[in-house]
Amino acid sequence: MRSVAEPIALAPAHRASSLAAPALVSMRGVRKSYGDRLIVDSIDLDVAAGEKVALIGPSGSGKTTILRLAIGLVKPDAGTIRIAGDYLWHEEGPGGLRPAGERHARKVRRSIGIVFQQFNLFPHMTALENVREPLVHVLGLPRKESDARATELLCDVGLKDHLSKRPAQLSGGQQQRVAIARSLALQPKVMLFDEVTSALDPELVGEVLRVVRKLAQASDMSMLIVTHEIGFAADIADRVLMFDAGRIVEEGTPRQVLKNPSNPRTQQFLRAVLER
Amino acid sequence: MTSSTFWDFLPFILMGIPVTLEVTAMAMAVTIAVSVILALGRNSELAILRWPAGFVIELFRGSSSLVQLFWAFYVLPFFGIHLPALAAGVLVLGLNEGSYFSEVVRSGLNAVPTGQREAALTLGLSPAYRFFRIILPQALPIMIPPFGNALVTMLKFTSLVSLVTIQDLSFRANLAAASLGQSGAVYGLIIVIYFALALLLAGAARLLEQWVNRRAGRLAPATSGRSRSTVPEWALGGAG
Repeated sequence: MRSVAEPIALAPAHRASSLAAPALVSMRGVRKSYGDRLIVDSIDLDVAAGEKVALIGPSGSGKTTILRLAIGLVKPDAGTIRIAGDYLWHEEGPGGLRPAGERHARKVRRSIGIVFQQFNLFPHMTALENVREPLVHVLGLPRKESDARATELLCDVGLKDHLSKRPAQLSGGQQQRVAIARSLALQPKVMLFDEVTSALDPELVGEVLRVVRKLAQASDMSMLIVTHEIGFAADIADRVLMFDAGRIVEEGTPRQVLKNPSNPRTQQFLRAVLER
Repeated sequence: MTSSTFWDFLPFILMGIPVTLEVTAMAMAVTIAVSVILALGRNSELAILRWPAGFVIELFRGSSSLVQLFWAFYVLPFFGIHLPALAAGVLVLGLNEGSYFSEVVRSGLNAVPTGQREAALTLGLSPAYRFFRIILPQALPIMIPPFGNALVTMLKFTSLVSLVTIQDLSFRANLAAASLGQSGAVYGLIIVIYFALALLLAGAARLLEQWVNRRAGRLAPATSGRSRSTVPEWALGGAG
């Protein structure tokens, strides 16, 4: 574990999104267990367009599973999940909702992207190829245009000089920035960040957080961010959800949850995290 | 007519070399196809694919290859299936080695970190792209060293086809030894030939290994000093 890299600065309240906008991520009664361990316990969650939501809580509390459920890497045992209006594991028909499979989920996933803790870059491809391949093979863009777009994205995350390097030749921070560019390339409406700095050496955390922060401020994508960087969460989130034992035990603005938590579990968790 | 000498038979024996290599190559092609299909079947979530794959593997691993070969060549014709000797030989050798090698393929595929599958899946890449462009290139470096072993094994294994009338090295050696009435020089010669061919194939496999590793980025020099964050997990896994 590492010290909090960012000072606590609370986001201005006016960035809290309007509730009238349709939710881009919408979960109802979502439940997931592994064996007899209940990981996510009847979660209802709505993320509005453009809203940045930080998920905090102890490990094993279900935050990461929420992200994996949202992008369909994990299928819920119960409940429904909608991404940009479409049901992930159901099809809407005249007779109501019918269960749907992987083929359907793949279409719905177009609207959502994820950045993983372990980067998960393709090791046999260069940085440029990592970003370009989905453009060619998922969006069906011509090779030249894809190359141009991938190059531009990699320049945006500060990797102009590393386009033709393989992941093994890049530092963890650089790899993670490639991964961010790769997800952004597909222009998702929702981006998920799963502890994107947890696998990094301490001195590399800042460069990745800077990229995510810039993105959060500049783009109108919705974001779900699982993080242990409390200062960072306070900085960029419109709303903070505190997870414990598969449930949301406290939620509110960063000011409410991170500065004046009312739930004893939140107080205890923040004390433990900030004391490191 | 003077009785023939060893030297008279030498060209005849040497002509078996291309035949042996040809059978080896064709049987290895069958091995690759069979092992990939069986590995995917065994790995499948569907019992209807997993079961038959397991059955084929156990059938070919668990019975005598020679008996299988005789079946394919001498018994199948009674059921109306007439396989030419070469086809029967190549098929039986390939199915045998493929049954063993499918486990290598399977463990190679399974050694690719799940994060790779997940990344490819969440990016929306198609199943075919995920298999051929993401998973397979990363599994290959792990499978190549055992592939070299399988290749050499196959070379030696091919002598079986001499028993179904294919005129490979062993077939010609048997004939020469019988005609000459002496076996020492003839079998001495072909054991040296088999050995030389095996060395050759092992060398070729090593070149292939280097090439695949280069392509997979495994030998790429790390420019950054941080090993923990720069060496992906899969590169640390056993390479066999």
